[in-house]
Amino acid sequence: MDREKLKEKIQGLVPEILPEENKDFLAVTVPAAQLRKLVLALRNEPDLSFDFLVCLTGVDWGKELGVVYHFESTQHKHMLEVKVKTADRENPVLETVCDIWRTAEFHEREVYDLLGIRFNNHPDLRKIFLDESWVGYPLRKDYVDDVNFVEL
Amino acid sequence: MKEIINPVAKHIEEEEYHINMGPQHPSTHGVLRLVVSLQGEIVKSLKPHCGYIHRGIEKMCEKDTYPQIIHLTDRMDYLSAHINNHAVCLLVEKALEVEVPERVKYIRTIVDELNRIASHQLWWCSFGMDLGGLTCFFYGLRDREKILDIFEQSFGSRLLHSYYTPGGLMQDIHPEFQKNVKDFIKYFRKKIRDYDRILSGNVIMQERARGVGKLSKEDAISWGVTGPSGRGSGYSCDVRKHHPYAAYDKVKFNEVLLHEGDTLARYMVRMHEMRESMNIIEQLIDNIPAGDFSAKMKAVIKLPAGEYFQRVEAARGTLAVYVISDGNKTPFRMKFRSPNFSNLSVLDHVSRGCKIADLVAIGGSLDLVIPDIDR
Repeated sequence: MDREKLKEKIQGLVPEILPEENKDFLAVTVPAAQLRKLVLALRNEPDLSFDFLVCLTGVDWGKELGVVYHFESTQHKHMLEVKVKTADRENPVLETVCDIWRTAEFHEREVYDLLGIRFNNHPDLRKIFLDESWVGYPLRKDYVDDVNFVEL
Repeated sequence: MKEIINPVAKHIEEEEYHINMGPQHPSTHGVLRLVVSLQGEIVKSLKPHCGYIHRGIEKMCEKDTYPQIIHLTDRMDYLSAHINNHAVCLLVEKALEVEVPERVKYIRTIVDELNRIASHQLWWCSFGMDLGGLTCFFYGLRDREKILDIFEQSFGSRLLHSYYTPGGLMQDIHPEFQKNVKDFIKYFRKKIRDYDRILSGNVIMQERARGVGKLSKEDAISWGVTGPSGRGSGYSCDVRKHHPYAAYDKVKFNEVLLHEGDTLARYMVRMHEMRESMNIIEQLIDNIPAGDFSAKMKAVIKLPAGEYFQRVEAARGTLAVYVISDGNKTPFRMKFRSPNFSNLSVLDHVSRGCKIADLVAIGGSLDLVIPDIDR
């Protein structure tokens, strides 16, 4: 499916999405409340069938925290970027996708570890890299660590 | 006698207990700890504990310029250092819309494939050693040494090269590079038959690998298992074929696909891939075009504000780089989707129900490199 058709199709599914201009492939931002509805359709609609989650990135945009998903369909060969953001920096919570793409389980643990975003219904949400006693979330832009961090 | 042994045996059979495999264990190939739940010697479940060598490369990238970042990517999957460099270089070149000279594309493709062979050689010798064949280890390392010598002659280092720069290469290839590569291929075509004779055709190895650690194609896609491990399950995921970069669109090669999905299939894919890599190099090595070894680049590289995504086929699977740039000389956010991180996540799924000795074979066939998981 080409870019324009994909855009129309996804806007038909979830009217609230915001498409973005991107060099390689279609990118959309979806409200956090609509994420599950969108990703279930992306996986299950036969003409979309995004079955491969290439990359799951946690991002701190300064004001907002969020996750960027890169999906690919191994059957149709099209790609899609989905962004979801939350403005709550104190207790950011998003919905998990790891029941749909199992690879998300580890990636969401990484995002939780380094950015502190919690994922609802994740089966095993523990820190993955850092020690249990680590305070703070290093990939956040406001992270300060006086002990371990060397400022250049 | 019976009365004494039986309660103990019963106790062992019924109780589930946990043992640590690693962090220092020869078959984890690095500092990885697997907490294995066992019933008798059957693996019930397995929890990987990573982070022993987590260096926070993604955080370091936010302070570094793009040419500096290339040196960090070496240290992720150190066995495919060139290919990791390639991912960042391609991303910067795409963002700046720089067209690199044909000569650079050819050299990069050849060096990538040499790197892939060297990586598969080390996998082959350590896989043999995991299963108890120490001879393999010497055979594999002996031949890998030849590639490292070629690397050293042209790039000045043997493991962490940082040879690619955005826009081209650090320096031109050594005058004897082509001759040495051709000599190596002639040499290795003979030696790879020994590999087959000593391990691929070995009945003990085949019995230990066939039907062990089955992974279906659907599961491979869902868990994001790419590279030779995914292709052993029939998942066509070769980035070189589906999204060609460098000179891969100019060469003819086959994407090796096997459908059994077991340890033996993953083994055979890598053996075929070494031959395919040699085919690719042979098509290019005599046709390297003359010209510059680098495009003209600005002294300070600033990516235009925006988001960029680039994938390459590393020796262990899809390496994706995702950059959010705010127009500065350092990235706002840089993410590496490393192949081993996803490949590790499937280990629990494929090893459930197998014997603990099979876990070593499965781990070997997934070919995990720990610094790439921890980053």
